[in-house]
Amino acid sequence: MHIIDRRLNPGGRSFTNRQRFIRRAKNLVQRAVREDFKNRSIKDLDQGGEISITREGVHEPALRRGSAGGRRDHVLPGNKEFIEGDSIRRPPPGSGGAGGPDAGTGSGEDAFRFLLTREEYLDLFLDDLELPNLAKRKLTGAEAKELHRAGYSTTGSPSALSVTRTMRNALSRRIALRRPGRDTIRALEEEIATLTESGADPTRLDALRIEHERLVTRSKRIAWIDPIDLRYRRYDQTPRPVAQAVMFCLMDVSGSMNEQMKDLAKRFYALLHIFLRRSYRHVDVVFIRHTDHAEEVDEDTFFHSPETGGTIVSTALDEMLRVVRERYSPDDWNIYVAQASDGDNIGTDSGRVAKLITEDILPISQYYAYLEVGRGDGQLPLGSVARTTDLWRTYEMHVPSGGHFVMRKVWHRREIYPVFRELFRRDGADEGGP
Amino acid sequence: MVAIAEKHPLLFTGSDWDFDTIRRIHETVGEVAGRQLGLDTYPNQIEVITAEQMLDAYASTGMPQLYRHWSFGKQFAHHEMVYRKGMSALAYEIVINSNPCISYIMEENTAMMQTLVIAHAAFGHNHFFKNNYLFRQWTDAEGILDYLAFARKYIAQCEERHGLSAVERLLDIAHSLQSHGVHRYPRRSRLDLKVERQREAERHAYREQVYNDLWRTVPGQPSQTAGRSSAERRRAMLGLPEENILYFLEKTAPLLQPWQREVLRIVRHVAQYFYPQSQTKIMNEGCATWCHYRIMTHLHEQGSIDDGAFLEFLQSHANVIMQPTYDKPYYNGLNPYAIGFAMMQDIVRICESPEDEDRAWFPDIAGKGDAVTVLKHVWENYRDESFLSQFLSPRLIREWRLFHLEDDSTKPTLRVDAIHDERGYRRIRNALSRQYDIGWQQADIQIIDVDLDGDRQLTLQHNTVNGILLYEKDIDQVLQNLAAIWGYKVVLREVDPATGRLIKEHIARTPQRNGPNGEDQLF
Repeated sequence: MHIIDRRLNPGGRSFTNRQRFIRRAKNLVQRAVREDFKNRSIKDLDQGGEISITREGVHEPALRRGSAGGRRDHVLPGNKEFIEGDSIRRPPPGSGGAGGPDAGTGSGEDAFRFLLTREEYLDLFLDDLELPNLAKRKLTGAEAKELHRAGYSTTGSPSALSVTRTMRNALSRRIALRRPGRDTIRALEEEIATLTESGADPTRLDALRIEHERLVTRSKRIAWIDPIDLRYRRYDQTPRPVAQAVMFCLMDVSGSMNEQMKDLAKRFYALLHIFLRRSYRHVDVVFIRHTDHAEEVDEDTFFHSPETGGTIVSTALDEMLRVVRERYSPDDWNIYVAQASDGDNIGTDSGRVAKLITEDILPISQYYAYLEVGRGDGQLPLGSVARTTDLWRTYEMHVPSGGHFVMRKVWHRREIYPVFRELFRRDGADEGGP
Repeated sequence: MVAIAEKHPLLFTGSDWDFDTIRRIHETVGEVAGRQLGLDTYPNQIEVITAEQMLDAYASTGMPQLYRHWSFGKQFAHHEMVYRKGMSALAYEIVINSNPCISYIMEENTAMMQTLVIAHAAFGHNHFFKNNYLFRQWTDAEGILDYLAFARKYIAQCEERHGLSAVERLLDIAHSLQSHGVHRYPRRSRLDLKVERQREAERHAYREQVYNDLWRTVPGQPSQTAGRSSAERRRAMLGLPEENILYFLEKTAPLLQPWQREVLRIVRHVAQYFYPQSQTKIMNEGCATWCHYRIMTHLHEQGSIDDGAFLEFLQSHANVIMQPTYDKPYYNGLNPYAIGFAMMQDIVRICESPEDEDRAWFPDIAGKGDAVTVLKHVWENYRDESFLSQFLSPRLIREWRLFHLEDDSTKPTLRVDAIHDERGYRRIRNALSRQYDIGWQQADIQIIDVDLDGDRQLTLQHNTVNGILLYEKDIDQVLQNLAAIWGYKVVLREVDPATGRLIKEHIARTPQRNGPNGEDQLF
């Protein structure tokens, strides 16, 4: 008899088969994923999950008998009241009960349910989307070098000396070579001193003197710290691709933006964030909210803390440029901007906004998306379309359409995803406003 | 009992185990299986796996290295979901009919469970695999693992050479015909030159012996062959009628590439390997369950496992052999473990303490005493269908309160044809055993003709039973597949075999050919 422990064998034997299955049912699964997305809350947008697709799509046909028609026999256990010759009403189809053994082999439920992992989910979800202008940066991308710790070496500059490591080596070396300790020598010296004073036992005194001599020579010979103990911190240089992006979320939080509109914006930000995270190794998010003045805040404040005041959009743009200057050099970072607003702005500000966008922001950023959120409740979408907002008009007139500036209007939660898809479609076709 | 208990130390205490425990368990169980039951098994190979790996094993019908195909991924996704959602637990073990017999046991089983699993799979199933006539006839326990390794590699090579989609499509087609890719009759034994020569010599000697020159003067009959119609001759040449559709395609489909034939062959072999399993579900599980019950009880009696472990065992055993009645919402047909175990226990009862009724029904075994020998004979020589029709006793029918329901779709109501009474026993027994007859479970479809002179149309015939037709939604797809492989038109006739009346006809034409010279029509 053999016992074999297979637990350490690499798992995932079914991985290829599973991938093939998903590839085969891709259209169905993708539709299911997008359907599923609508019902998710923002927090678990990028989790895996249970997906259900129609059984039809992954059906494997076989030569088998139908489940209807003809004359069939069933033998069932647990007779309670029947006697031979009884007639029983036919149970409604699919209700189990007296289905007989064949019933189990039939189609059963018509949905095939299974779990997708997070990666699979996102892959399918964002399958045909592409980051605009990703290529540009890659082409021009001068890769920066980066230092990072890589263990210890025996050579190096004094500034990189690792004291702890060196001392540890020295200590172990001294122990190994039995370098006499200071205490031992001192004790010996004291004993010699007392013996010399008293003058008793000269033989022992001589022996002690010789011993003392030996120990002192030994401790001189074996250095406290030897060059072979020295250890230096070692650094390696690795090329750092510009695989980091910063995403600026700009939002108008003045009184005219209600919770529902903020929620729309948040969904858009969440999508953009998931998306960026798939393309870049590192994604920073900066939240800037503005009324008539702008400030950088954390996420929670950004979405939930109420704020009142007028609306001056350019303040947010100024704040963003300040953050860029301070922390995110455009040479090292891919900059994405997503601005959400209800479109209000003080009339006198439009000129400055247009100038900031075209002259300062667009040249350094990869992408600038302006999302105008409308009131989903009560207000008719049609009415909103008729009324063009100040900001929309400003952008429309002054910012060159095409390129990497886009703007869209959204009124309802369900429109977020289609708009997002439209913006990041793989063919990269940029369309102007609606 | 106490005296014996002192002779045997406890195999384990508590639920923890290590490899030493497993080895000890295997030894002790093997000893009991050999001494008490006289089981004859392949050597065992026990592999400890994780739940993850168990899911993997599930997906490819338990075979460790089946070739790759999306349908196994589908199985995997399904099982994974069911497991992760906690809708059902995993099996405790999977056992493979090979030599050595491989049993997978899960690492999270308790020590008791490992004992149970080893008794059940490594001895019960193992004995059945090695001795049952169907397995001996149809499967090659020695070669199966090597063959699967070959198949996996071959198909991977095909994928590389001919493209994933071409191979996948071919496998899809082959899978859809898999149920009709088995030989149901014993294969002819291989010809042996020596024996053939000897036979020839015997025949010759006989002819010499009975030679009489007078026969030469008798006016001759018209020769045999001339009397046969050309259609008959054609069918004989093609070996028709043929019910193994995959075999027929592999050997005769005109437009297949050699690798495509080989792939069909692989699918056919795998189907053939599983053919005995589908016919011996009740017996196989019944045998294993009965063995583990016997062995565990004995282990407890001799003091190898303590009362706690034995109670734990009884609980899982009771779960395994639970049979809900038909009116429960979770009723899902007869539980093969339950009916198999019940029948085998019943055989033991009949052997050891028969009643008059049993003597009348089972004169051969009633009161014979040595139940284990009788059971071993049964395990060796029966399959589900014959086992039920032979050994389902009136007493068991009463206990289970079996009844036979007739469902005629032309009538508005179902009719109770037989219940557990004197008039009903035999009818119930026959009806039940027929349900487990493979020839009854699967549609009888045969290839009956190929129009060699005309358009090479392939004709199949479905001999319907009780007027049950093939599953409408699938049949067109399957025929389309068949036509793709055959390369020409395919016709399936569903007929009533009693009257020869044609009930329904399905026709599939080949997809438009695109190859200029007729090559590459398949895909």
